[in-house]
Amino acid sequence: MLPIMQSSLKLLKTAPPTAFLGLTILTVVLFAGVFAPWIAPYGETDVVGAPGLSIGGDFLFGTDQIGRDVFTRILYGARNTVGIALLVTAMAFFIGVVFGLISAVSSRWVDQVLSRLVDILMAIPPLILALLILTIAGTSVLNMVLVIAVLDSTRVFRLTRAVGMNVAVLEFVELARLRGEGTWWIVRHEILPNITAPLAAEFGLRFCFVFLFISALSFLGLGIQPPTADWGSMVRETSTLISFGIATPLVPAICIALLTVGVNLIVDWFLYQSGMRKE
Amino acid sequence: MIQIVRLVAQRIALGLFTLLIVTLLIFLAVELLPGDFVDAILRQGRTQESVEVLRRQIGLDQPAYVRYFSWLTNAAQGDLGYSFSNERPVSDLIGNRLYNTFFLAGYAAAMAVPVALTFGILAALYRNSVFDRVVNITALSAISSPEFLAAYILIFVFSIQLGWLPSLAHIAIDTSLWESLKLLFLPAVTLTLVTVAHMMRMTRAAIINLMTSPYIEMALLKGVGPKRLILRHALPNALSPIVNVVAMNLAYLVVGVVVVEVVFVYPGLGQLLVDSVSKRDMPVVQAGCLVFAVTYIGLNLVADILSIITNPRLLNPS
Repeated sequence: MLPIMQSSLKLLKTAPPTAFLGLTILTVVLFAGVFAPWIAPYGETDVVGAPGLSIGGDFLFGTDQIGRDVFTRILYGARNTVGIALLVTAMAFFIGVVFGLISAVSSRWVDQVLSRLVDILMAIPPLILALLILTIAGTSVLNMVLVIAVLDSTRVFRLTRAVGMNVAVLEFVELARLRGEGTWWIVRHEILPNITAPLAAEFGLRFCFVFLFISALSFLGLGIQPPTADWGSMVRETSTLISFGIATPLVPAICIALLTVGVNLIVDWFLYQSGMRKE
Repeated sequence: MIQIVRLVAQRIALGLFTLLIVTLLIFLAVELLPGDFVDAILRQGRTQESVEVLRRQIGLDQPAYVRYFSWLTNAAQGDLGYSFSNERPVSDLIGNRLYNTFFLAGYAAAMAVPVALTFGILAALYRNSVFDRVVNITALSAISSPEFLAAYILIFVFSIQLGWLPSLAHIAIDTSLWESLKLLFLPAVTLTLVTVAHMMRMTRAAIINLMTSPYIEMALLKGVGPKRLILRHALPNALSPIVNVVAMNLAYLVVGVVVVEVVFVYPGLGQLLVDSVSKRDMPVVQAGCLVFAVTYIGLNLVADILSIITNPRLLNPS
């Protein structure tokens, strides 16, 4: 067995039950997303039965307002919603970390310009800014991805800048400078390795935020568009069923909440492990 | 005292500057739109002359900065232009809906703030007890769930299964206050659930944070009881962060209203805004964004100022 596997197994054994729950949820969702076409009993957009069948009949989670299998669409939704949320978070991180590091190691002037710009972006509620930009650019998945990535990168920027600046004034960085290393080398070899832990924790929290944001936009009909299966828009589409006493819209909504709770639990455990949280 | 006045004045200046930038951003949004107002209004039956006349009428022949200042002064006087889709004045469309949105947000705040403070203080008082754990787990799940989950669970249980409350918040101008309080109960509870968690966690954290400071330890050694310790010794110093987080959450509440309004089909500003985004009705979106942004920035400003004013260390400088 590889040493890295051994150490992660050891870590898993010490995990508290809450972290275990979080890991289980995350694994199940990722598995469902990756293997959706193989697990799902029907196709993503196939109409397979009467519309609005309730939960627990012939179909595990019933059928939606036009008779598609909700269980199938939940599996595909795991692929679409979580996939897009991961993509957006990764993009937000790339933008935020690059500019945050530039801000941390550059002259005061560059730092001031970038920071004030971010201050202004953060002073506007993200949902409102997203709605404004989506009106100009038109509602499409690509536009939504770009808008949320840029809006969310502001928070990553703030964190990267703050932790990067703390490291940038330490002795070993100064030593590297005196040795004549270039700025890019210092960032890669001295600063980045020292700020990965807070950034990793932030990735989990940002993912939760992005995921809820995408779900909210899709729920409002401004994000991922039908007939693509997506948890947020599934809630919207099946919402009329609830007035007939059928709980179908709760299924995708609960999936969204479960995944967010799961990731939060993992982040909590991680913070505790890496000594960033005492309680 | 002079220190406080200077700090507050600084914050106000910064807030006004941010507002100015935000209005500029919202104005520029229209400039980026392919085509202009005229193209949008005169879809068919346009001639060279009618285009020219209309352009002059709404002042599009003037440079952008002139139009920006006239848009800004008009908006400040309540004139927000005309909607693309039904050509009514935007201020007419918004007027009543704005009142509805603020009514709902205020209703939710009236429930959320007392509940959050009480539970936060109790959780700090009985730290690490079963009560504290339950409150914490509930708070975590409330933070992690989307607004519509709470909304649909409430609808499913209280209006479909039990039939106690209406699931739609159909409200008219002549609806009586009592009736609207009843109609809006579920939306207000939804918003309360979403905001209470954050406020409560911050209240608890602010108090627990203080519990390790030397003066609290001194009071403890003096033999002060736990209730008096928290209410008389810890709370005054924790007030500043708590007030701050309350005002910040009220700002969040005004924005979070958008999703809840859509769920309950409530005729508020949020629903109008979402409808207008899909119709690409720019003047309405502009006006809606302006109102939400001004409220949000205003409340955040109030949060900052209150946290400066309620800070006892600044009030009694030694």
